[in-house]
This record gives sequence, structure tokens and C-alpha cells, in this order.
Amino acid sequence: MRLSALIIRLISLVVTFFGVAVVVFVLVRVAPGDPIAMMIGPGASPQDIADLRALYGLDKSIPLQFLIWLGHVVRGDFGTSISLRESVTEVVFGRLPATLELAFLALAIAVVIGGFMAILAARWRGTATEAGVDLFNGIALSVPDFLWGLTFILLFGVAIPIFDISGRVTPTLELPFVTNFFLIESIVRLRFDLTLDLLGHMLMPAMALALPLAAVISQILKTSLKEVMHQDYALIARTKGFSETYVLLHEALRNAVTPSLTVIGVQFTFLIGGTVIVERLFSYEGLGNLAIDAVINRDLPLIQGIVLLFAVIFVGVNLAVDLCYVALNPKLRHG
Amino acid sequence: MVEPRPLHRRRSIRLWLGAAWIALLFFAAVFAGALSPHDRLAQDLMLQTLPPAWLPGAEPGYYLGTDSLGRDILSRIIYATRPALIVAIVASTAACLFGSLLGLVAGFFGGWADRIISRLVDIWMAFPPVLLSILLVAVLGPALSSVIIAIAVIDWTRFCRVVRAEAMQQRRMDYVDSAKVAGYGTLRIMAREVLPNVLPAIVVLFSLEMGIAVIVEAILSFVNLSISTDDPTWGSMIAEGRGIVHQAWWVLVFPLTCLFLTVLAFSQFGEGLKERFDPVMR
Repeated sequence: MRLSALIIRLISLVVTFFGVAVVVFVLVRVAPGDPIAMMIGPGASPQDIADLRALYGLDKSIPLQFLIWLGHVVRGDFGTSISLRESVTEVVFGRLPATLELAFLALAIAVVIGGFMAILAARWRGTATEAGVDLFNGIALSVPDFLWGLTFILLFGVAIPIFDISGRVTPTLELPFVTNFFLIESIVRLRFDLTLDLLGHMLMPAMALALPLAAVISQILKTSLKEVMHQDYALIARTKGFSETYVLLHEALRNAVTPSLTVIGVQFTFLIGGTVIVERLFSYEGLGNLAIDAVINRDLPLIQGIVLLFAVIFVGVNLAVDLCYVALNPKLRHG
Repeated sequence: MVEPRPLHRRRSIRLWLGAAWIALLFFAAVFAGALSPHDRLAQDLMLQTLPPAWLPGAEPGYYLGTDSLGRDILSRIIYATRPALIVAIVASTAACLFGSLLGLVAGFFGGWADRIISRLVDIWMAFPPVLLSILLVAVLGPALSSVIIAIAVIDWTRFCRVVRAEAMQQRRMDYVDSAKVAGYGTLRIMAREVLPNVLPAIVVLFSLEMGIAVIVEAILSFVNLSISTDDPTWGSMIAEGRGIVHQAWWVLVFPLTCLFLTVLAFSQFGEGLKERFDPVMR
């Protein structure tokens, strides 16, 4: 990507953010249901209500409210949550690590399962193994994370109760953590008992999120692996006497990964979007669960903050994938 | 058309299995009154969380057991096909019409129309879809019509992107140029020449979209944002079952199975169609 292309890309990102900000701002403003009425008791006088409206800036016109809000957002101030009465920035960044850990655990699981399936199918292409992988892909792809989550709750929470199906960590445990990245910190502090407990809670929601992505990875990687195995250099490596498995793992895999990358990036944003309902399903205390509560409580500043943060993550992932793609592909780098 | 090969015949199975399940759903929705053994709303506190008929402690006549208010699960599942199918058909149609139209305009005209519409799609794709649908239904107020509007407003981008890409390709084909030379107007070329060639892609997407719509409706009723709480939907039944899953697993299992099969049926039907159209769709 040339510099000019990069600048155009960045400008279009800003436009996208601005669009998201406008849409979400207008949406929550036209919502019926008065957030102020929900936060004060029945005994409040009209004067109290008017004062609170002024305090949250709700007495001004919508375009003016938007400009004021945008001015604060640019400085990193997302206002005060109406239902929690705390700074939105603090609340949101307090929850973000839980969601990030879940999403990246799911991504890791998806890459491992999908990669394994693809290699298996490419190694034994045209056999029952490949047909089996295709069947797995077909089912895992067409069933969304919400249904996988419910299925896992029944299978591994009720029928064979080996995993916890509610929360992020057993509430009675004493946590020595100073950050909200519980999983990472438990590993860094060598508290593997806590790591196990955390994983026991996270594995089911992570699997639910991972399965559709695993199927996508498996499908795309398999196709490009099969293509690469017909290339001249794979043929040459084979005639040199390297085994089929060796050629696959050492020659083909590296070249097959790049085309899969873009698709994985887009699919990863779908996975992050899926955390909203999957966190709800497993009562996992992340951003998505918080978002649903915010909608139910009509907590306007909080909703805006969360949606905007999601948009930043989505666009950030896409940009990161673009950059990786360029870095891995010399043709584009010097294009 | 290509002669059907054995491969096609094997693949046809999923097309027909999907179609069969969807037909069964329509049958259940139309004849829900005659098919349900009990009143879907009748509560009986003497009959709370009865297990399904083949387990000890079951009550005769309650084949799939009862929920925590003593309502018959089978009857509720049968009635819940109605909101599911209404949402699937109406929401998908709306998303399809709106998205395909914009996609056709963007792909066929290119230039500024394309730039504006593509930017709009980008903005839409930057929202987490589930969160946006929950937000929309909260804004519109919980009702079946809100669910339908929310799905259409979110999912038009699926149609828009595919139709845009197809229309762009078709625009470069010779037949479009010949039509222009023959003096046909733009609108006529779009409707009579380009649209029929894009149609197979739209039909496949439509089938997949119906499955997605059913899931989104279930998710929205799961967070209690769909229709009124008394009338059954699979999502609200699942939400209740999730809450008491350790006491009465069957409250969750049966509506979940229905949802699972329905989603699989729509996607297999769509994939089956795609393979049927394959020679056409390149």
C-alpha cells in the first residue's frame, strides 16, 4: 500500500467513525422512555427533574447536544453513566479486558481447530477425512454462536457438568489482581489455580464463539492449501523425496496462510460482535453484557460509549489485517 | 442446464430435507390451533415443570412436559412457529428489496452513487449487529413489527454488497452494451437485462437471510425485547429454560432443538439452491 492509499484509508476511517457517532447519537435520542424518569424516585418535583436534565445536558437541542458530546469524545471524555453514576470511560475500560480476553481466547481456539482441520483435509484430500471436515464446516458455519452456546450449556453444564456456565470467575475466590486482565495476570503471577478456574468459566463461551470462525478458517485454508500443493515448488519438494506431510507443513502452509488472513480478519469482527449475546448467555461480566443492561436502563451516555468503542475495535481489526497483509505480501509492499 | 450428476443428486438431499422441515413449519403455523393438544397460554400451578412423557413423573397428554407456569411446551412450540415465520418472511423481504435496490444502483451506475452507498455499508458494518438490533428494538418499543424493522435495517447490507458486486460484473458484459446500442433506457436495462442475471444470487441470500432472521428474533426474545411476554416465541421459551436449566432441562431442550433444525434447514436449503444455480453463478 502506498502512502497516498494509506492516507485515503485513514480518512475513510474517520468518516466511518463520524457516521457511527451520528447514527448512534440520533438513535438513542429518539428513543422513547425518559432516562431521568428512570433514575429518580416518585417524590421528585418538576424543578428537580429540570435540574437533572440540565446536569446531563438533555435540555439542549439534539444538534447542540451532539456537538458538545463530540467535543468531549475527542478529548476522551464519554460523559457519566446515568445508571451507574460513574465515568463512562472508566466503566467501559473496566469491562473491556474481560471481552478482549474472551475474544482472543476464542480466536486462538478457532485458529487451532480450523488450522488442524484444514491440514487434515488437505493431507488426505479426496478421502473420507476431507468429507468429514467438509461436514463439520457445513454445520459449524450455518449454526450461529448463540445456538452453540446454548448447546454447550446443555451438554457440558447440565448433562456432563464439567464446566461453569455462569460468570467469569468463581465469586468466592479471593483475587489478587490489580488489572482487569484476569487470565493474563493469573498466568504472570503463576497462580495457575486461578487460571484453571478462569478457563473453566471462559471455555464454553469461547468455544461457542470459536466454532463458526473455525469452520471459516478450515474451509479457506483447505482450499488454498490444496491449490498450493499443485504448484511447481511443492512438486519439486516432493520429487526431492520429502514426504507429503513435510511438504504440506513446511512449504505449503506458509504460502497458503496469506490469502486466508483477510477473511479471518473480517470474521474476527463478527466474532467480537457475537460476544454481546454470548456474554449475556453465560452471565460473563464483559462489555456486551454491560451493553444490554445499558440499553434496558436507557443509559444513553453508556450506550454511546460502548457502541463507539465496538466500532473502534471493528475498524481497528480491519486496519490491522490490511497492514499484516501488506507486510506479508512483498508485491503489495513495493506496489 | 447441465445434466444432473450423482454429485448433484447427493447434494439435492439437503435441499429437499431443508425444504421438508420448512414445509413442516408452515404446516404447524397454519394449523397451530388444531395441532396443539392444549391452550398455549393456560397456566396450571399443579402441573409445574412436568417432565416429557417418557420420563417418570410425567402427566399423560403433556408430551414434551410443561414449563415453570405449568404451560404445555409442545403447544407453545407449535404456536411459536408463527412469529418465527412471519419475521423470517417479512424481515427478509424488506432487507432484500432495500439492499438489492441500493446494490443494483451502486453496482450499475458506479461513481458517486457507488461511493456514497459503499460508505454507508462501511458505517453499518462497524456496528456490532446484535447490539444494534437490541438498541433499535428498544428505540421502537418491543413488538413484532419492531423486530422486523430492526432486522431489515441491519441486514440490508448483506444483499447490497453481493448485488453490487454482481451488478458491477454484469455491467461490463457485452449484452449490456448491445442493449445500450439498441437504444434501451437505463431503467429497462437494469430491470430486464441485469436483474435476471443477479437473481440467483439474491434467491440464495434470501434463503440464508430467513435463517438469520429467525435467530435474531430468538435473540431479541431471549433478552425480552420481542413480542408480549405471554405469547410464546422460541427465544422467550429458551430464556426461561436457560434460567431453570438445572431443574428442568426439557424447557430449554425442545425449543432449542426446533431453532437448531430451522436454522440448519434454511441454510441447507440456501446452499442446496446455490449448487443448483452453480453453472449460472460461475
